[in-house]
Amino acid sequence: MAKNEFPLIFERSKKERTSYSLPDLDVPDIDLDAEFETPYVRKTAPELPEVSELEIMRHYTGLSNRNYGVDSGFYPLGSCTMKYNPKINEDVARLPGFTHIHPYQDPKTVQGALEMMYDLQTSLKEITGMHEVSLQSAAGAQGEWAALMMIRAFHEANGEHHRTKVIVPDSAHGTNPASAAVAGFDAITVKSNEDGLVDIEDLKRVVDENTAALMLTNPNTLGLFEKEIMEMAEIVHGVGGKLYYDGANLNAIMGYTRPGDMGFDAVHLNLHKTFTGPHGGGGPGSGPIGVSEELAPFLPKPLIVKENDEYKLEHDRPQSIGRIKAYYGNFGINLRAYTYIRTMGAEGLKKVSEYAVLNANYMMRRLEQIYDLPYKQHCMHEFVLSGKKQKKLGVRTLDIAKRLLDFNYHPPTIYFPLIVEEGMMIEPTETESKETLDGFIDAMINIAKEAEEDPEIVQEAPHHTIVKRMDETTAARKPILRYTREDNS
Amino acid sequence: MGFRYLPMTESDKLEMLDVIGIDSTDELFSDIPEEIRFKGELNVKPAKNEYELMKELTAMSNKNVNLKDYTSYLGAGVYDHYIPSVVDHVISRSEFYTAYTPYQPEISQGELQAIFEFQTMIAELTGQPIANSSMYDGATALGEAVNLTAAHTKRKKVLVSNAIHPESRGVVKTYATGQHVEVVEIDHKDGLTDLEALERELDDDVAGVVIQYPNFFGQVEPLAKVRELLNSNKKAMMVVSSNPLALGYLTPPGEFGADIVVGDTQVFGIPAQFGGPHCGYFATTKKLMRKIPGRLVGQTTDEDGVRGFVLTLQAREQHIRRDKATSNICSNQALNALASSVAMSSIGKHGLKKMAKLNMKKARYAKQQFAEIGIPVLFDQPFFNEFVIQLNKTVSEVNEALLTKGIVGGYDLGRDYPELENCMLVAVTEIRSKEEIDQLIKEVRDING
Repeated sequence: MAKNEFPLIFERSKKERTSYSLPDLDVPDIDLDAEFETPYVRKTAPELPEVSELEIMRHYTGLSNRNYGVDSGFYPLGSCTMKYNPKINEDVARLPGFTHIHPYQDPKTVQGALEMMYDLQTSLKEITGMHEVSLQSAAGAQGEWAALMMIRAFHEANGEHHRTKVIVPDSAHGTNPASAAVAGFDAITVKSNEDGLVDIEDLKRVVDENTAALMLTNPNTLGLFEKEIMEMAEIVHGVGGKLYYDGANLNAIMGYTRPGDMGFDAVHLNLHKTFTGPHGGGGPGSGPIGVSEELAPFLPKPLIVKENDEYKLEHDRPQSIGRIKAYYGNFGINLRAYTYIRTMGAEGLKKVSEYAVLNANYMMRRLEQIYDLPYKQHCMHEFVLSGKKQKKLGVRTLDIAKRLLDFNYHPPTIYFPLIVEEGMMIEPTETESKETLDGFIDAMINIAKEAEEDPEIVQEAPHHTIVKRMDETTAARKPILRYTREDNS
Repeated sequence: MGFRYLPMTESDKLEMLDVIGIDSTDELFSDIPEEIRFKGELNVKPAKNEYELMKELTAMSNKNVNLKDYTSYLGAGVYDHYIPSVVDHVISRSEFYTAYTPYQPEISQGELQAIFEFQTMIAELTGQPIANSSMYDGATALGEAVNLTAAHTKRKKVLVSNAIHPESRGVVKTYATGQHVEVVEIDHKDGLTDLEALERELDDDVAGVVIQYPNFFGQVEPLAKVRELLNSNKKAMMVVSSNPLALGYLTPPGEFGADIVVGDTQVFGIPAQFGGPHCGYFATTKKLMRKIPGRLVGQTTDEDGVRGFVLTLQAREQHIRRDKATSNICSNQALNALASSVAMSSIGKHGLKKMAKLNMKKARYAKQQFAEIGIPVLFDQPFFNEFVIQLNKTVSEVNEALLTKGIVGGYDLGRDYPELENCMLVAVTEIRSKEEIDQLIKEVRDING
């Protein structure tokens, strides 16, 4: 095995080695095979590892050392809100009364869990200004889709089956058009203007009586507040369409403004972003949806309700779009978000947005000295730089991102939004100190200087990571998606 | 009040405002029109310090009856199994849980390799050539599978056994509605999918046939016969939802020619936690490799030829043809997939079979004891670790009485199947002792009268 390669758990495996500790068979032994017809009894055991307990810990500790999280260092991945994940959240989620409860227990025996969910629904209603909230959806993309399914059900309930168009800005998150398509709509693009905001004239042009909804992120993916939101709402509502709020960027506005007050009919939130549920290496997330009174009957089932001091699961919702996930959403993630809201309170949540926005503007003003900034106005919680100056020197944004790895930073989101050439989307979050921001800014200045003086060092980066740039072309052309034992033993 | 997650000091703030060239942070919010500014303070509960909040939330958690203090026979898709201690130690490593999707492979080899190993384990268990990096849960994985059959065959009808988990069927319907796919339910007969009814419905519009193995009643569906039926309709795809623990004993669906196998790995290292987060899996054939929803990790090499792993086949995702997408999944259940990988490594090749058999033997002991005290056991088919008993009283009456004895009883099948009123689905896992099972039998006999 080459230097820097790390064995697979299967390659550590050795016949007869075990690490399980199962209960004894204390009931009479029987011949199970006799009960089954031969084709149903498995002949070949699945090749799971055969390792000892220490080998498992060495393996996964080794893997963790080859991974980078927020606790490892600065992670300004735009649009993902990589803030600190509080440790009390993890402790709360591991309380036996929350961890070891079954979704089909009698609701009378899980009043604490239902109380938490009801309280969280109530808090999220207040924070978003929406009429009703459901905690069902498992992630942001599922929340988007579920909300669009509700909008579709609403229009269909009004006999308006012809509303098949969902309008999506050209700066939108990639999931927006995908969610629209999966919910059975046609996604129609609306252009941005030179200030990076939705072009109102173009919006008027694409909106018509077939419009089901406009999907909007506000602040948008450039980190800019769509200040003409009231006019946009009027245009869309004017033709009977609905306004959908992508809550990925809620971290910018808590306590300053609310989607409900902006005229949105439906929102989804990403509790793993704004509300510190950890990102988990790619999930689990949680994507609650909030809606106006008009859309509330269509919420997925069940909803948590309170009647005479007792919490209940309301299943009888005849207009509901139905089930979108088994059981009651990602309870464990919702619990972490709840703990966070209870830690911060109203004052804390507003400070979160204040400092997230202050940090972003500070970084933007310092970095615009070196990098091209396509949109000059104040930003909200994130901003997008363009690497086009450096591109002229032969250094691409991808190279800059890879060079940042050498300075032990996670790079920003790159080449997104699609409307910015060589884009770098930077979201510092409020939990980072000025010293951390300054360190990152210094690295960015340093890299820009390298691009001028010694471009190869950037083009060939990273130099200090355990592996170098990966051959992604071969990975896609000749996919190897699993380990297969080479010998026949 | 200070906020321990917010490092901003007054002097930091002043220096930053100075660089920006403004006097107050309010100016940064000036793009928000006055008429939609939020006035006053959000009406959420006041902030609490760490100690007091922990105390309050502990008290809240103690209002719940938990499965560590009670003996549970509740299954129906979520099971109380042995979780090796190593699992929580691994997933508590913050290099894993505070990371996001491994977009930068050079600093994410740990997560990528862990997912690659997960994909391998799921492929091994299900007997399918490939598996993805995880789905939200078993129910949504089934919803995605159904939509994939429609997209792949360009047909618009699926046949879904009603011996499939009721909530999974509900999710399938919602997912199918989005893609204008018709869902036809096939009744069960004596606890197994009615194959004659299935055959009648199997016409040229059918994109896929969906079976659960073992099914919602714990019974083992005869997949060989389902395969035979499908041989007469080659285009229709076979979709199987499987409890992966049962595949430690049962022949995997892949060996019966399943096109897609989905399910939930909650049985491996993931606690019930009120129904989520769990972890869906999705396994399929090489033919469908470029259509599989969700993320895939592939093996490759770096510039120096060192083996490593990357997210791959991204072109299928919403990144490229995003308005033509058939799935919109982005975030998945990576940390729970990791938990299941650690559990599967710990249980291991030999432990898996042993664990599956322990479930089966203990469940058979319980079933036999019920029969001996004269409580009818329905559906006398080969089963895994769940079976159905018929009571004289309502299931909720029996369960309420059991609770006073420290027992969480089984699932009330009358909720979803009117013909199964007073029928309880009993789950017996490897952690139930003979003594506990004997107590259950005694209590149910006393309560049932």
